Amino acid sequence: MSFSWAKHYEPKSDLTKWLDERLPLPRLVYGAIGGGYPVPRNLNYFWNFGVLAGIALVIQIVTGIIMAMHYAPNALVAFDSTEHIMRDVNWGWMLRYAHANGASFFFIVVYIHIFRGLYFSSYKAPREMIWLLGLVIFLLMMATAFMGYVLPWGQMSFWGAKVITGLFGAIPLVGEPIQQWLLGGYAPDNAALNRFFSLHYLLPFVIAGVVILHIWALHIPGSSNPTGVEVKSESDTVPFHPYYTAKDGFGLGVFLILFCAVLFFAPNMLGHPDNYIPANPLSTPAHIVPEWYFWPFYAILRAFTFDFFIVPAKLLGVLAMFASILLLFFLPWLDRSPVRSGNYRPLFRTFFIVLVIDVLILGYLGGAPAEEPYVMLSQLASAYYFAHFLIILPIISKIEKPKPLPFSITEAVLGKDSHGTAGGPALQPAE
Amino acid sequence: MIRIGAFLVGLFFSGWLLVSFGVGAAAYISEPPQPTAEHEFHLHPKKLALSSDGPMGKFDRQQLQRGFQVYKEVCSACHSMRLVAFRNLSELGYTEDEVKAIAANWPAQTPSIDPATGEATTRKPLPSDYIPSPHANETAARAANNNALPPDLSLITKARHGGAAYVYSLLTGYQDPPAELAKKFPDSMPGPGLNYNPYFANLNIAMANPLGSDGIVTYSDGTNATREQMAKDVAAFLVWTAEPTLEKRHQTGWAVLIFLIIATGLGYMAYRNVWAGVKH
Repeated sequence: MSFSWAKHYEPKSDLTKWLDERLPLPRLVYGAIGGGYPVPRNLNYFWNFGVLAGIALVIQIVTGIIMAMHYAPNALVAFDSTEHIMRDVNWGWMLRYAHANGASFFFIVVYIHIFRGLYFSSYKAPREMIWLLGLVIFLLMMATAFMGYVLPWGQMSFWGAKVITGLFGAIPLVGEPIQQWLLGGYAPDNAALNRFFSLHYLLPFVIAGVVILHIWALHIPGSSNPTGVEVKSESDTVPFHPYYTAKDGFGLGVFLILFCAVLFFAPNMLGHPDNYIPANPLSTPAHIVPEWYFWPFYAILRAFTFDFFIVPAKLLGVLAMFASILLLFFLPWLDRSPVRSGNYRPLFRTFFIVLVIDVLILGYLGGAPAEEPYVMLSQLASAYYFAHFLIILPIISKIEKPKPLPFSITEAVLGKDSHGTAGGPALQPAE
Repeated sequence: MIRIGAFLVGLFFSGWLLVSFGVGAAAYISEPPQPTAEHEFHLHPKKLALSSDGPMGKFDRQQLQRGFQVYKEVCSACHSMRLVAFRNLSELGYTEDEVKAIAANWPAQTPSIDPATGEATTRKPLPSDYIPSPHANETAARAANNNALPPDLSLITKARHGGAAYVYSLLTGYQDPPAELAKKFPDSMPGPGLNYNPYFANLNIAMANPLGSDGIVTYSDGTNATREQMAKDVAAFLVWTAEPTLEKRHQTGWAVLIFLIIATGLGYMAYRNVWAGVKH
C-alpha cells in the first residue's frame, strides 16, 4: 500500500504515543487523508467530487436522523408529520429542504464523479475494484433515494412506489407474488411505508460501509490522474494534506454556495408539485414521474413499446433499465485500450461527448410525458446508450491510435523529468 | 467472451429499439397524433408579481390580511385550510384579541365531545384550533358540491405548477367557451355543472366563478376590491399558508450565503497559498 516515499506518522506527544501503541487511529487517518498519502500533483477540479460525495452523504445522514425524531412513518399521519416538520419544528423547514435538495446534490456530485471516471477510464486496471464498489454505492443510493421519496406520502410518493414496485410485477410467473411481498400488500400502504422507512434509515449506513471499502481500495494503487500515466517517482506526487485538503476545502465552499442558493431560494425547484398533495389511491396523477435523477433510466424503461415475440414490452423495458446500470460493472473488461485518459484518445473523446449529450437527452425525455415524439426520441437515445458501451467502446479501444503519452506526470506538468523523457519505453502505460 | 456477450446484448437492445423506433415513426408519419382540446386551448398561468417573490421577497402583511378576508368570506364556504391554526394568523399582524374574535366568529364549528354526555358535538373554535373544515367529511363535501371535492387550500400554491400565478390565473380566467372549441372539440365543451376555464388542466372546472363581480368583499383598508385585486390578494395569502416560514428562509439564506462566500474566498486564498511554488 502506498508509495515508498510516503511519510510515516510520528506521534509527538505522550498522549498520541500512548494512543498509537493501543489504537493507531491517528496513524490510519494520517495515511488515508493526511500527509502520509501521496497523490498525483496534477489532479484537476473533477477530482474534488469524491470528497464532495462523502460530504453530501454526511449532510443526508445528519439532517435525516434529526428529521426522523419528528417524522411518523404511518400512512395516516406521514404527510401531516412532514408538514409538522415544515411548520412547527424549530428549523424543521431547513432540515427538510436540506435533506430533499441534499439528495439532488448528492446525485449531481455522484454523476459528475462517475462521468469523470468514464472519461479518464478510472475503472481500468489496477482500479477495477474501486469502480465496482462505486457502482454498488450508486445502486444503494438509488434504492435509498427511491424509498426516501415515498416517506412524505404525497401523490408522487404513492404512485412512484406503485410504479417502481410494479416493475417487479413484469417478471413472468413470480412477478406478482414478488411485488406483493415487497409491498406487504396489493398496493403501497402502511406496511410498505413502514418498511421503506426502516430501510431508508438502514441503507445510508450500508453506503457508509461500502464507502470505506471504496476508499480502502483506492489507497492500494493510489489516485489516478488526468494524464492516466501511473505515478513513477516522488516528484509526481504531493502529500494529500495540506495540498488536497486545501483544494477540497475550496471546492467544498463552491459546492455549499450552490447547494445553499437552491436550498434557501428555490427549494422546490427540483421537486414535483404533486407531492404536496396527500397520497390518494383513488386519484392517479396525470403524469407519474420519478425524481429527476432517475429520468434517464425512466426514459430507457419506457422506450420499449413492442413485445419481442413472447417477451412483453414491459419486461423488456425493466430488463433494459437494469441492464443499463449493470453493464457498467463490465466496463473494465469492455474497454481494452491500454491508454486511460480520454485526453490522449481522440476517437474515444468524440464518442464520450456524444454519450454525455445522449444521457442528458435521455434525462429530458424521462421527465417528459409518455407521448410522441418523446417516446420515439427516447428509443433512439436508448439505442445509442447501449450501443456506446456494448458495441462502440470495445471497437474503438481496438482500432483507435492514441496520441503519445508523456513519460510521467512530472514531465506533463514541468515539460521535463530527470528520470526520463517521452518517446522512450514510457509509451507503454503502466498496467 | 465478455465482449462477445456484450456485443450480442447490445445488438439486441439497440436493434430492437431501432426497430421499435422505425415502426413508431412510420405510424407517426402515416397517422400523426391528433391534437387534443387541452393541447390547443389550455393556457399557461399569467404573470403575477408578488412581494414575496425572489430571494429578497417579503410578505406584504396588508395584502395577506386582505387575502385572508377573501378566503374567509368567499373560499372558506367550500375549501378547508386544515394545516393553518387561528393562532398562526397573528403572523399576519392581527393582535391576540383580533385572533380570538376571528376564531370565535368563524362560520364553521370545531368538532368536539360533549363533556357531560360524551357525545360528538361541535363548539366555537379557539385560537389554538386549526381552521375547521366547512364540511364534516369528504362525503359531505362532495354532496354539497355536485360530487366534486373542493381541495384543501393550505398547500395549494406549492401543489400546482405555476403556484400563486396559477391560483390568480384560475380565479380570473373564467370565460365563455370559445366558438372554435364547440366547432372542433364538441366533447370538450363544459357539461352540466362545469365551467370553462382555459387555465384548468382539462379546461372544465366544477368550481363556479367564485369572484364573479367586483366588490363582493369590502376591504377595511380602503383598497378597491376589484376581481383582479381579490384574486391577487388571495393568491398572496395562499403563498403564506403554503409556506409561513418563507421570510425566515430568505433571511437565513442571505446570512448563510454571505458567510459561505467569505469563507470560500478565504479557502481559495489558502489553496493558492499552499500550492504556491508547486506547478500542477
